[in-house]
Amino acid sequence: MDQLLRMIVDLLMTLGNGTLLSTQNEARGDLRETIDWIIRRSDRILDLMVEHLWLVLFTLVIAIVVSVIVGIFISYYETLAQPVLGVCQVLMVIPSIAMLAFMVTIFGIGFTSGVVALVLYSLLPIVRNTYTGIRELDPAILESAKGMGMTERRILFKIKLPLARPVIMAGVRTAAVMMIGIAALAAYVGAGGLGELIFQGIGRGHRPMIIAGAIGVSIIAVAFDYILYYGEKRFSVEGRTREGN
Amino acid sequence: MIKVEGLTKVFPGQTIPAVKDLNLEIKEGDVCVLVGPSGCGKTTTMKMINRLYEPTGGKVYIRGEDHMKIDPIKLRLDIGYVIQEIGLFPHMTIYENIATVPNEKKWPREKTKEKVEELMHLVGLDPEIFQNRYPTALSGGQRQRVGVARAMVSDPPIMLMDEPFGAVDPITRARLQNEFLRIQERMSKTIVFVTHDIDEAIKMSDTIAVMNEGELIQHDTPSDLLSAPADEFVANLVGRHRSIKRLHLIRVHEILKEVDRTEPLTEDAKKEEVEKQLEDSDLRTVIVVDRDNKLKGVIGASDLKRKAGEVAGDYCHEVSDTVTDDATLNDALSVMLECGVGYVAVVNEDEMYQGTITLGDLLNVVREDS
Repeated sequence: MDQLLRMIVDLLMTLGNGTLLSTQNEARGDLRETIDWIIRRSDRILDLMVEHLWLVLFTLVIAIVVSVIVGIFISYYETLAQPVLGVCQVLMVIPSIAMLAFMVTIFGIGFTSGVVALVLYSLLPIVRNTYTGIRELDPAILESAKGMGMTERRILFKIKLPLARPVIMAGVRTAAVMMIGIAALAAYVGAGGLGELIFQGIGRGHRPMIIAGAIGVSIIAVAFDYILYYGEKRFSVEGRTREGN
Repeated sequence: MIKVEGLTKVFPGQTIPAVKDLNLEIKEGDVCVLVGPSGCGKTTTMKMINRLYEPTGGKVYIRGEDHMKIDPIKLRLDIGYVIQEIGLFPHMTIYENIATVPNEKKWPREKTKEKVEELMHLVGLDPEIFQNRYPTALSGGQRQRVGVARAMVSDPPIMLMDEPFGAVDPITRARLQNEFLRIQERMSKTIVFVTHDIDEAIKMSDTIAVMNEGELIQHDTPSDLLSAPADEFVANLVGRHRSIKRLHLIRVHEILKEVDRTEPLTEDAKKEEVEKQLEDSDLRTVIVVDRDNKLKGVIGASDLKRKAGEVAGDYCHEVSDTVTDDATLNDALSVMLECGVGYVAVVNEDEMYQGTITLGDLLNVVREDS
């Protein structure tokens, strides 16, 4: 999220400087040029958006599976919880460019490096939320489940996970939005996506390209957050109290 | 049914045992209430029976079988379990909540449905209305009923109940207690019931086990406990007002037979009849019922003066409260005090009029008993 914000701010500042130096006419020309370019190259932009989305979705699925399993695991082995969360915390504070570069040394240039880096980044929010979501369930609910003779496995799948789901989903949302931002940087290691537009634009000093990339990333981020939020609300039963709804 | 021998529990990191060398035998169909102050080990004892806590030492025999040799899941599936916080699953409907154990036991759907509906009727919740609701849409008393239904649905021979009526208001509690006793009369479960409330213990139990600091002090019938407390601790626990506590032990219907009182008038009785009975009756009040023997109201002397009419129905006013025939004499007494009159009308489950008891009747009972 931070990275994304910083990037947008940087872009705005570049734009701002440009406008200050140029006359108003030139600024207007800039805008027209950008729109023209976007329309002209809409096929490529859409392709890259789909690529970006695919990268994020693919990574998100892996991240959810890995993180939820880790989160469940540390909810059972309390002594491991703090060390594991600590490691996730450290992973998240590594600068993204450094992390991507490091991945290249292991997995080489390409999709895999991007995916692995993104998964490592998204561990913390999902692992932490899975862990706290399970730990903070009402002990009376778990005691009655156990006292009635439910097996630990059934308690996990029928009671713990469904009840912790809203908290887990909040972590997933945080991870997804963060991931969309960092995925733009993954173009740097050849993982594709809208980052390509931005990097190419910077390289060639082609402003419309940079703007198109940035807008695309923002649209995906906002849309994702919205979909995850309302998707979760729809499937949630917490709010369902009366019959019929 | 349940036999506890030398049961001891020491929690890790502690030197003082939470339960110390406890011996207890509970007969089939009995309600055994474990009572004592907080931290006396009563809940710990109960949780060792279904192995939520593993005993440090000693044995528990369920039907003669060492319970450490039974698979804990199997053991718990055959022991109903109710706790004070109820622990209903908030993401499941009432139906799904009650069907928990049948689902664990993989019953066929038809059998589950039949049983769940039967249990909902038993605890007084209409399945039509409640089965698709979520626990948050229920009142505290209704949730507690669901908790009891959930524990009983697979017909377990043994039930463990940890302060099941602790979290509801006193009026709801008394009602739930009476309902529960009515159900128990029919089902005859072997029940281990934990409470810190000695009045509840006396009311609910066949036997009472008084515990203090992890040890069993006395295990006796409520009546013996009241008349012969083993030591000062038990004597203090049952308190000084033992004759009042005795009222918990006797149900209204038990003394109703002995009380000889004039028949109630039907609502179409003549005014003269009302006047005559008003003079004869020791209540200074006339009870009026309708043709189906449902309680209609009462007529006092002032009603006759203030109101006009031909028949009894025109004069009577509604009573503010009644007791059911399975309530205790203590319930009856508190209704009398609450309403500020010296009598209370008794009705049965279907609100049919059963009789009337007075303060005098209660005094007679206490006098005979002590």
